[in-house]
Amino acid sequence: MPSTLHAPPTAPTVIETEKLSVLYGSAAAVKEISIAIPTRRVVAFIGPSGCGKSTLLRCFNRMNDLVPGARVEGRVTFHGADLYGPGVDPIEVRRRIGMVFQKPNPFPKSIYENVAFGARINGYRGNMDELVERSLTQAALWDEVKDRLRMSALALSGGQQQRLCIARALAIEPEVLLMDEPTSALDPIATQRIEELIYELKSRYTIIIVTHNMQQAARVSDRTAFLYMGNLVEYGPTNDLFTNPREEQTEAYITGRFG
Amino acid sequence: MSSPDPVRDSFDPRPKTRGNVARVSAALFLGATALGVLALVVLLADIWRDGAGSLSVDFLTSFPSRFARRAGIKPGLAGSLWILALTALFSFPLGVATAIWLEEYAPRNGWSRLIQTNIANLAAVPSVVYGILGLAVFVRGLELGRSVLAGALTLTLLILPVLIISAQEAIRAVPNSIRLAAYALGATRWQTIRQQVLPMAMPGILTGTILSLSRAVGETAPLILVGALAFVPFVPNGPLDGFTVLPMQIFDWISRPQASFHQIAAAAILVLLAVLLAFNLVAVLLRNKYTKTL
Repeated sequence: MPSTLHAPPTAPTVIETEKLSVLYGSAAAVKEISIAIPTRRVVAFIGPSGCGKSTLLRCFNRMNDLVPGARVEGRVTFHGADLYGPGVDPIEVRRRIGMVFQKPNPFPKSIYENVAFGARINGYRGNMDELVERSLTQAALWDEVKDRLRMSALALSGGQQQRLCIARALAIEPEVLLMDEPTSALDPIATQRIEELIYELKSRYTIIIVTHNMQQAARVSDRTAFLYMGNLVEYGPTNDLFTNPREEQTEAYITGRFG
Repeated sequence: MSSPDPVRDSFDPRPKTRGNVARVSAALFLGATALGVLALVVLLADIWRDGAGSLSVDFLTSFPSRFARRAGIKPGLAGSLWILALTALFSFPLGVATAIWLEEYAPRNGWSRLIQTNIANLAAVPSVVYGILGLAVFVRGLELGRSVLAGALTLTLLILPVLIISAQEAIRAVPNSIRLAAYALGATRWQTIRQQVLPMAMPGILTGTILSLSRAVGETAPLILVGALAFVPFVPNGPLDGFTVLPMQIFDWISRPQASFHQIAAAAILVLLAVLLAFNLVAVLLRNKYTKTL
């Protein structure tokens, strides 16, 4: 996918961290990371298991608040505003910065209700049928489910469930979509559909994707960050990072010498 | 023959022995189940033989009498239904709310562990102790007298620990990924609980509630202490009226010397069983309704 060819070299920053650390007790999972995420680009976080990439991702929609004992230090800004500042409601943060999880986790309700839930709890007053159709269409699932919207979401295949979770996240009109290894539980064909979808979605959304799969990062992302043991080792345009890494650790990882 | 291989030769699969062990285990489990079912069938058959002849509409709608053939269970049946309804009304919201707090809100610290341990201990306290508590607190302390209300409150205390623990287990069984999914969509904690966690936990919560309430309906000892009467020629018209319950009535008749009273006691047992069965049926229907909407 030639995503990097079309992307202009610079774009305004939507999320930025300054010396961001996340500590579980006294152990730091993320160590003083400073990174800027450009608007309407796909940014991939890669690195071996336990390198802190998922923890970093969860700082952006304050999901780490739900982990007992997790402490966040440093700054995360969203359009320049401190996400952890006093008076910031994590509920409002999560509405504007959506998330898709590693394992598809649809609610055990109908397909329709899965998509409508987020809109309903956030006080959506528009036409719900239209919103559901629009969200499912954006997630490339509408044609497969339009005749069985009242059916249980659990009857869908794993790949369809994950696209439903994406539709559910899109239904509350976020600006940023966080994806935490969204294809690691899926087969190659379902994975390919999600990757195509990511490519389509970046015209409207900023996407940050955590992945174990370096080929996936190379295929879908404009910029890639390599994390190792809680440190941001290297961050740059995906093409550069994979063809001409600046750091020795990055090269060792992407050539498969560890991780 | 191949040369001896110390690793390969160190296995001794004994397929026959293991197969026999498996068959014997299966037979033992079947036997254990059969024994329980058999005991229940014998018990039911025995009661049916003694009591079926005395069952009639008059038996359900008559008051107790000195004469077995004119005696009925109207006050006991009405009292049991009153107790059942009031106990359900008090215990369900209280128990589920406690379970929600303990599972979803309480900080995981020494205090919540202390509360948890105490609830588990309270579940093991003999029911007669709750009767003494009910007598002291509800009948005398709150001056509710020997009323249906005092009885229902006592039974509420009795079944609350079991109800709370089973509701907690049902809530805990809801996968955390569901909570995370709701939070990630901007749901508040209460929206997450109310709209995702509780509907998923409801079948389990209902099962626990039904089992607890079934126990309450069968209890006698605590109600003797709070003053359920043995001979009641009236039905309660309000929560502050005196009352009796079916198990009390059965106990009263069984302890009389005449065989004719033993027969109507058996008939009353059949009615009590029917009430419990009907009650469980409602629970199963409710549970299916919740499971289907998933």
